[in-house]
Amino acid sequence: MRQYILRRLGGMAIVMFVVATIVFVIVRVIPGDPAAIMLGPDATGADIAALRERLGLNEPLPVQYAIFLARTAVGDLGQSIFLNRPVLQAIAERAEPTLCLTLIAITIALLIGLPAGIVSAVNRGRLADQVALAMAMLLASMPAFWLGLIFIQRFSVDLGWFPVAGYGEPGASFLERMRHLLLPAIVLGLNSSALITRFTRASMLDVLGEDYIRTGRSKGLGEPVVVMKHALRNALIPILTVIGLTMALLLGGAVVTETVFSLPGVGNLVVSAVLRRDYPVIQGALIVIAALYVLVNLAIDLLYLLIDPRVRY
Amino acid sequence: MSAPSESVAALSGARLWAILRQRKAVLLGLAILAAIVLLAVFAPYVTPYEPNRMRISQRMRPPSAQNWFGTDEFGRDIFTRVIYGGRISLLAGALTVLVACVSGTVLGVLAGFFKRIDGVISRIIDAMMAFPDILLAIALVAVLRPSLANVVIALGIVYTPRVARVVRAATLVIRELPFVEAARALGVPTWRIILRHVLRNLASPIIVQGTFVFAYAILAEAGLSFLGTGVSPETPTWGTIIAAGQQYARQADWIMIFPGLAIVLSVLSLQLVGDTLRDILDPKLRKDL
Repeated sequence: MRQYILRRLGGMAIVMFVVATIVFVIVRVIPGDPAAIMLGPDATGADIAALRERLGLNEPLPVQYAIFLARTAVGDLGQSIFLNRPVLQAIAERAEPTLCLTLIAITIALLIGLPAGIVSAVNRGRLADQVALAMAMLLASMPAFWLGLIFIQRFSVDLGWFPVAGYGEPGASFLERMRHLLLPAIVLGLNSSALITRFTRASMLDVLGEDYIRTGRSKGLGEPVVVMKHALRNALIPILTVIGLTMALLLGGAVVTETVFSLPGVGNLVVSAVLRRDYPVIQGALIVIAALYVLVNLAIDLLYLLIDPRVRY
Repeated sequence: MSAPSESVAALSGARLWAILRQRKAVLLGLAILAAIVLLAVFAPYVTPYEPNRMRISQRMRPPSAQNWFGTDEFGRDIFTRVIYGGRISLLAGALTVLVACVSGTVLGVLAGFFKRIDGVISRIIDAMMAFPDILLAIALVAVLRPSLANVVIALGIVYTPRVARVVRAATLVIRELPFVEAARALGVPTWRIILRHVLRNLASPIIVQGTFVFAYAILAEAGLSFLGTGVSPETPTWGTIIAAGQQYARQADWIMIFPGLAIVLSVLSLQLVGDTLRDILDPKLRKDL
């Protein structure tokens, strides 16, 4: 097992190396001088020269690449041009809303997707199945930002059930901050529950066709025991994979949802960085989020080892 | 000649129609999709007003017989703008499919057919898949500068790995099939085997994946436009109309509701069609129906 973990960590390092290379290339394909673009049309020649020097843009490309990789490897993602602080610090300061939003959203997505998928599989071909699948497809077809705007209007403005936007006053308690995350998390959770519903259904259908389920039924076990104890337990294992996929969906969804709900998270930071052409922040956020995605998927693969005795690497 | 999945060409029109008739939802999806595309194509003939014609006296009027979807803050007809917006949104989606399918197919076939370069291409695909779609898209548009062409390039790059992964998997199966082996034994050049035998059998997975990419691209383009990182805010797309309407949500929520519904209907019908195509073209999945 140790060998497997080491192999996976090695694979992860390679993927992160490629991720860093892609991010490096993205900023270098800018037509024109990146320093001039970042500073805008009002910048003086001296300002542009100073920024070029600060970003190391005067070095030959292979040297820039080597310096970029070496710094990224030790967690130095550079300095934000507009926030005047290290990119990693800027991301860390904004991490709480994004991580909490993602965690609450995935909980909501599971609370909706798992039961819907089970009901759908157990009632395959019947009305409940069709309704669950139709709902899943409808939710997946809605842009999260549009759903967010409608929910803000109905549930926050009209009914006053949730705060309209923001993350509470400065110094707000943890509970108050989480209250501000509830509506955006519901929006994101609904949006991503579709994938979990469909995957749970498919996984349950696979398991419900197994011999041991037929044996359970022929032994006279009640349907709830067969479905919840024997089928679901085994169906849950492949569902773990979809949680990893949903994480990527949620991290992407958070970028737009944070903007709609004015949440001071990493997504909002990225959008502001894009509008201000703060390339070091864009680069850093891409690397951090990709690393998070790779780590979550590694954790899920390792979780298989713990929960499924059949999995041996 | 056997293939991993039933090819599109092998499906007779009568059989396809028989399958489609069993699935009323798909027919509905196809009808909605056709209606949206036709409305967008023939926009000047079907819309009652000019998309940018301002009538300040008619500003923020709710839906009525004159203005089916109401009017916006400048008195412009929302129905007209949604139809015209569909032109750009659907065009962006369709061109994204083209870019992603062409580049994804090239990468996927190269990775699947030539083991020597499979490792490198597969690692690049893995790394690209580690970025959330919209995040990578806004980063790419940010460096390329916002414009319709750059949105298409960015989304095309973002969705290339999805197509490439599916094409690679299918190519790995096809390259081991007897007819490919026979062609090799007969001395048929590799490029000819790829063009004549492999690509033809890849049509099904590419069509299915292309349909889903179309749906994702419509959502992503709307997201980019909404964030102000896509096409110019003056260009009416479903995303820019929603973005402009959000500040009037309290007084005139129809400004953002109708373009959103257009997105939902398009994406929903594409997903319905994509799901059905996958079920028809991939017999392994039929048991789950």
